[in-house]
Amino acid sequence: MDYSQFLVMKQEIGLLAVFLIVFLYDTFMPKRSLGALGTVSSVLFALFVAYGFCPSVFDSPVETAFSGMYATSAVIANIKTILNIGALIVMIQAMRWADQDLVRIRRGEFYELLLTTLFGMYLMISARHFLLFIIGLETASLPLAAMVAFDKHRYESREAAVKYVLTAVFSSAIFLMGLSFVYGLTGSLYFGKIATALMMGDGINALLVVALAFVISGIGFKLSLVPFHLWTADVYQGAPTPVTSYLSVISKGAAAFAFLVVLWQVFGCVYTFAWEWMLYALIILTITIGNLFAIRQRNMKRFLAFSSISQAGYIMLGVIAFNGMGMAALMYYILVYIFSNLAAFGVIGAIENNSGKVNMEDYNGLYKTNPRLAFTMMLAMFSLAGIPPFAGFFSKFFIFTSAINQGSVAIYVLVLIALINTIVSLYYYLLVVKAMFISDEESTVATFRSACSERFALWICVGGILLLGVVSCIYNHLLEISF
Amino acid sequence: MFSNILIYFVVIPLIMLGGLALCRNIKQIRAVAVVGALALTALSVWLLLDYMQLRAAGNTAPMLYTDSWSWFGPLNINLAVGVDGISVAMLILSSIILLTGSFASWKINPLPKEFFLWLVLLSTGVFGFFISIDLFTMFMFYEVALIPMYLLIGVWGSGNKNYSAMKLTLMLMGGSAFLMLGLIGIYYHSAPEGQPLTWNLLEIVNNASIDKGWQYFLFPMTFVGFGVLGAMFPFHTWSPDGHASAPTAVSMLHAGVLMKLGGYGCFRVAIYLMPEAAQDLAWIFLILTGISVVYGAFSACVQTDLKYINAYSSVSHCGLVLFAILMLNTTAMTGAIMQMLSHGLMTALFFALIGMIYGRTHTRDIRLMGGLMKIMPFLAVCYVIAGMASLGLPGLSGFVAEMTIFVGSFEHADMFHRVFTIVACCSIVITAVYILRVVGKLLFGPVQDEHHLSLTDAEWWERTSTVTLIISVAAIGCFPNFFADLIKFTFSPSIFAVIGMN
Repeated sequence: MDYSQFLVMKQEIGLLAVFLIVFLYDTFMPKRSLGALGTVSSVLFALFVAYGFCPSVFDSPVETAFSGMYATSAVIANIKTILNIGALIVMIQAMRWADQDLVRIRRGEFYELLLTTLFGMYLMISARHFLLFIIGLETASLPLAAMVAFDKHRYESREAAVKYVLTAVFSSAIFLMGLSFVYGLTGSLYFGKIATALMMGDGINALLVVALAFVISGIGFKLSLVPFHLWTADVYQGAPTPVTSYLSVISKGAAAFAFLVVLWQVFGCVYTFAWEWMLYALIILTITIGNLFAIRQRNMKRFLAFSSISQAGYIMLGVIAFNGMGMAALMYYILVYIFSNLAAFGVIGAIENNSGKVNMEDYNGLYKTNPRLAFTMMLAMFSLAGIPPFAGFFSKFFIFTSAINQGSVAIYVLVLIALINTIVSLYYYLLVVKAMFISDEESTVATFRSACSERFALWICVGGILLLGVVSCIYNHLLEISF
Repeated sequence: MFSNILIYFVVIPLIMLGGLALCRNIKQIRAVAVVGALALTALSVWLLLDYMQLRAAGNTAPMLYTDSWSWFGPLNINLAVGVDGISVAMLILSSIILLTGSFASWKINPLPKEFFLWLVLLSTGVFGFFISIDLFTMFMFYEVALIPMYLLIGVWGSGNKNYSAMKLTLMLMGGSAFLMLGLIGIYYHSAPEGQPLTWNLLEIVNNASIDKGWQYFLFPMTFVGFGVLGAMFPFHTWSPDGHASAPTAVSMLHAGVLMKLGGYGCFRVAIYLMPEAAQDLAWIFLILTGISVVYGAFSACVQTDLKYINAYSSVSHCGLVLFAILMLNTTAMTGAIMQMLSHGLMTALFFALIGMIYGRTHTRDIRLMGGLMKIMPFLAVCYVIAGMASLGLPGLSGFVAEMTIFVGSFEHADMFHRVFTIVACCSIVITAVYILRVVGKLLFGPVQDEHHLSLTDAEWWERTSTVTLIISVAAIGCFPNFFADLIKFTFSPSIFAVIGMN
């Protein structure tokens, strides 16, 4: 075996290095220096994020390793960097929470598990063979279950972990079932070979549709597309806030991109035959039901859970577009979504850490007591709702533009449905704004000063929300490298 | 980039935003707001004169001061700016109303800083919209102008403000959902096969490549999208509630300027880019806008809240703008633009006065007030002038605009247009009914409330605000030719080449 092949996996190696240092630091450093663990991991990880912008990674050429099981390219390297940025913000946001009495003793594990799941997502994105894909998927899911259970002193956290682990396992099983059909039809698990077999016309029959239904529902669970979303709200509510934010942006973003790669590269030639209509129905259901359920939520984390379900529907518009613009728009959407959603979760986390309050009523009059947090939250809500000049407007606009580029009348109808849904979503996002700015009941959250780490993370998010859209070179770059 | 004069219409509000953020007390806030608004007014007046000079010198390009800076290059999205007569007129209108609105909110409470921040953000959107000729930037500014309304009404409004703010925002954003689909659709049909697609209005007009089938789909999308903001029946219901709940300056800006965004957009995007569909489908929207005109006027007759009366009257007058645009001929369209100017100024004056009266009497119910002419003669006289402008007294702006519109509409000789023109004409009479009813009751009737006798007349900032508006209204009424000339050049080279009418 040619060991130089490992050098293709630059980002994986980098991530492992960060992981090892954090692990060794956690294990062998004296107890009094463990207080700096969060800072150390964040700084290390920040260096690693910066590494993603080195030319050798940033403009990474198309390369494969391990007889084609692993692939990398500029797009793949960039989506990994995008996920890294999100993970870094989560790590910074988590510092305050990880310093709590009941969590402190295990905080090393939090960072280690987080890096492990990220590693699994890398594999998922880079996999060009379903075996590696499954390994990545499992590496990403199982540590996440442990992270969900991290507040094990709280009943909801344990309950959420059980729900998460059961759905994760169940969805993997369904996914594997679908794969076995695909293997039976085409005789291979290599992405390329399956695609070639399908291109030749092998195995294009009803069973393929069944197989794809299994594959799509398997990943649909991870993405919490409707009707596979039932776990989402409970898990989001029960998990510790940093874990929820990680689940809602990083895990979702990675799964969305992997989904795109699988559908386009493996099943691209059966687009109209097998999966366009399936995805079409899923998108309509996801956006609509996610939105309608979000309206009634009073708990902020459940609220954002349903909002993230509908956002996943918008992300899928980039997949159904089936063109280079769709890929760019999807990556850009994920990037913007990371910043907007993490800003919202950052505020929720800060308030939760200080007062333990997570209900929308508790936010009444927040602008009077904590104007900066309220302002940040408002920016996040506007960005999620797609209001210019904030980044969310641009990402929504581009994802719609890319979908319509596909050209069929059905797509126009789909986009119209999605657009009408943005009005519904605007309604519930405005409910939060209303609570903070307009409702003038006695505020239930007293004025407080949030921790330095929380503020720093929120500043990054605010910067992203304000700049990502207006600074056009980011989207232009993504469009350039997309295929 | 900064050598183009138009860009300053966005730069100045942005500087104002920065300045406001640094302000420490109410005096500084007022100073920033007034200085900024004055600068914008001066800039727009200078633009008007320079524009007229260029036109007089024989420049017949459809848009002047055009410039384009690449933004999202691969999608051909540019920051493209350019103005013609209509945009110049709208820029003047906006800056005057921003200026008078700032004076009218001299004593805004609570949170004056936030109020002005949102107000200026709203105007950034408005100015940006009027200078853009790139559909993407245009749409972006359009939405920037819409969202601050929610907080402006929700925080500083009165009455059923939560409901109104939400209704207004959702309905307008609903309109822009259709609009967004329409614009993206236009983009994908903006150039013939093989040529680069474009968002630039002028290029799309030149390419004329949207085939008729697509026009039938995209025209209603964009027309309804903008029409919601233009208070087209049956999408006008946000307007009465929204205007009634909004604070004074916001009502002024919203009725005076924002509703013009709707009319302007209908003309600039829907009709300008898809003239063929416009000709074929105009009748549907003529019926709807015809209903707006008459229904709005009738509704105003039965209201007792001053703001509701004026809001319904706005529905009627703005309906007339869309009505005239859909007549698709030069005279009516000139009338439409003048009506936009006239209604903008007049309704801003109305809302300013209502705000001032409300600030003193703490009621807007006409049944609870009376005899204000004795108590606050200055405001009362202004109110009469605004009323006269609204019902079309010669010498004031309303007469010129409505006259032109109806003359233009009557150029169509067929039964359908004739009938609807006559129906719309009736609105003038109905307008007289509700205006005179209010004037009689509110200003000349017996004093209803003893406490009102101790009220004071207008302060200097209120006088500044109203006098500026009255002068503008009278200027249009006395020198209609000047404005007709300003608008005239807009039509000759561009749109009629496409529509191929008179």
